[in-house]
Amino acid sequence: MAVASTAGASSGGLAKGAPVNIGISLSLSGDFSADGQAFQRGYQLWAKEQNAHGGLLGHKINLIIKSDASSPTQVVTNYQDLIGQSHVQLVFGPFSSLLTVPAAQTAERFGYAMVEGAGGAPSVFQAHLSNVFDVSLPVANDLMPFANWVSSLPKAQRPTTAYYVTSNDPFTEPQLPVAQKIMSKAGIKSLGFTVFPAEVTDYTSIADKVAAAKAQVVVLGSVDVPTVSAFMQAFEQAHYNPKAFIATGGPDQGAAFLKAVGAKNASGMMVPNAWYGGSANPLSKAMVAAYIKQYGGTPADINSDVAEAYSVGEVMAQAVKATGGFNNAKIIAYLHSGAVLSSVQGPVKFNKLGENVDPTAFTFQWQGTNFVQVNPVGDPNSVKVLYPKPAWKS
Amino acid sequence: MSGSALTYAIVDGVLTGSVYALMATGLTLIFGVMDIINIAQGMFVVLGAYLSYAIQIHWGIDPFVGLFITIPILFVVGIVVERAFMSRLKGPEKTAMSILVTYAVSLLIEGSLNMIFSVNDVQINAWYVNQSFKLFGVYFAYIYVFGFFMAVVLLAALWVLLYRTRFGASVRASLADQTAAALIGINVRRIATICFGIGTAVTAAGGMVFGATNAFNASSSYDLISRLLTIIVLGGMGSLGGALVASIGMVMLEDVVGVIWSPIWSTMTFFIVLVAVLSLRPQGLFGKQLARTA
Repeated sequence: MAVASTAGASSGGLAKGAPVNIGISLSLSGDFSADGQAFQRGYQLWAKEQNAHGGLLGHKINLIIKSDASSPTQVVTNYQDLIGQSHVQLVFGPFSSLLTVPAAQTAERFGYAMVEGAGGAPSVFQAHLSNVFDVSLPVANDLMPFANWVSSLPKAQRPTTAYYVTSNDPFTEPQLPVAQKIMSKAGIKSLGFTVFPAEVTDYTSIADKVAAAKAQVVVLGSVDVPTVSAFMQAFEQAHYNPKAFIATGGPDQGAAFLKAVGAKNASGMMVPNAWYGGSANPLSKAMVAAYIKQYGGTPADINSDVAEAYSVGEVMAQAVKATGGFNNAKIIAYLHSGAVLSSVQGPVKFNKLGENVDPTAFTFQWQGTNFVQVNPVGDPNSVKVLYPKPAWKS
Repeated sequence: MSGSALTYAIVDGVLTGSVYALMATGLTLIFGVMDIINIAQGMFVVLGAYLSYAIQIHWGIDPFVGLFITIPILFVVGIVVERAFMSRLKGPEKTAMSILVTYAVSLLIEGSLNMIFSVNDVQINAWYVNQSFKLFGVYFAYIYVFGFFMAVVLLAALWVLLYRTRFGASVRASLADQTAAALIGINVRRIATICFGIGTAVTAAGGMVFGATNAFNASSSYDLISRLLTIIVLGGMGSLGGALVASIGMVMLEDVVGVIWSPIWSTMTFFIVLVAVLSLRPQGLFGKQLARTA
């Protein structure tokens, strides 16, 4: 099972039989609500599995989850309340880099470790917080496998033009220049680099501008399904079908993505990530089985947020076990020690900034209703990329 | 920047702006008659989108045909909300209190929608949602064209109702001065209730187009309401014509700036225009008075 066995260990500073309280602020409403609720499932699934194996050092895990409504202000209030008033022993991170920075700053003031799974933007690590640990892939290099694959295509197949368009979100914006640099070196001409505000309600004119450029590759910096869906819709209306279309977020949301864009239209859409439901990692397989048992569906239906949240619990459990208690100073020191930990997303090892330096970036693609790994090319689990992207089939 | 991109920006601005006009008209009508700032209007739009989505999924009814069901439903919802909450607001703090009360209504609806539909995004689909036709070298998306004509028809119907009927005369009298309207025998209370119902009902149509052009969940309402409020402030709170002009003007301005310059500056440019207009005309483009006298 994907849990650290801690049953029978010492009480870790808590009274015998007392639960260990873990405080979490999540975006259960507002802009990030779909991701926030997927994160909630991941945390709850981990707690359930861990409790079934004795909890943490023999203490039952009790998650105290507060909603921050996707607000960077409310997330501060929530962690202040969780630590200062509720006196939780541990805290887990919120959703998004935008909220992780203020959350981690708050936790640092109280000396708490902030282990999190959705704060991989450079802005999180540039804050130079000693207590932040991101168990997921640092986002800046997410698009590298895709860019390397495009650049490695034989000249006859290689696209000649690309358009880069992104939301001004700390998660998306740093990713595109990395891909642009690699692809430009391979002779792929940039036809445009457009940044749009995260609060846009109507993407039509932005998407039409991209479509009018007729680039052969579109790299979209998106955080959610509505953004990707709006671009796909506008492209189809403009009778424009790029040869390759990758979005930094949205297509990784499993069944939710298919439901919004239609299963036929999804085929060929790509997304970078560090995890997918079909992962061969034994820990991941166990988590996927537990998830399906509890919520139903198929591995492809599982939102990658679930795995990111689950990984947070796994890493914290290993740190608690290694330090023999719930002392946050010791946990922070341990996580900075260079220890290699395991998670459903793969190995985890933190540098001094709290970045996970061990994960591998992958690119995934919808091929029909299957969500498959397509690169790095040469990886035994990668299948052939569906390229060029099939025509829209509404 | 290509000429076609600019053409698309202008076309998009007109077509989508008309749909925003439909949403904003209800908001400004409610404020004009009742002095209520309806923060729940964005949520009513989303509720309209979910209703269209649900009747299409469960009964296979085309979203435009489904408006014959969803518009009456939202009219009733508006009446119920008005009778249950708005009618109890009185006194000089009424407008300020209405913000809090309608926000609470919005949260109530959001929670209910999340429980029924979950937070996963959904989108209304029909043959015309992703399809387009070419005219004079420009692709026109059917959904926006249909939405535009629907908005024209509904806004015209609303105009006829307000300017060519006895009921409309009563509404306009209430818009101008509630006390004077009551003195000449108009049942202002009843007019207010019906206007709240109408203001809510028109969001069913706007919501349907919104749901067909965007993947949405209940939280989508937050970005909508801020946009709708700025539209009616620019147009003049209480002014129906102002809502129409400001909607189309704002969306077109944002789209053109986004294409010529950058989308990042679109919203800021709009607010610069808004501040400039309010500096010269504090009541907005078509507003008739600085503040209502109840």
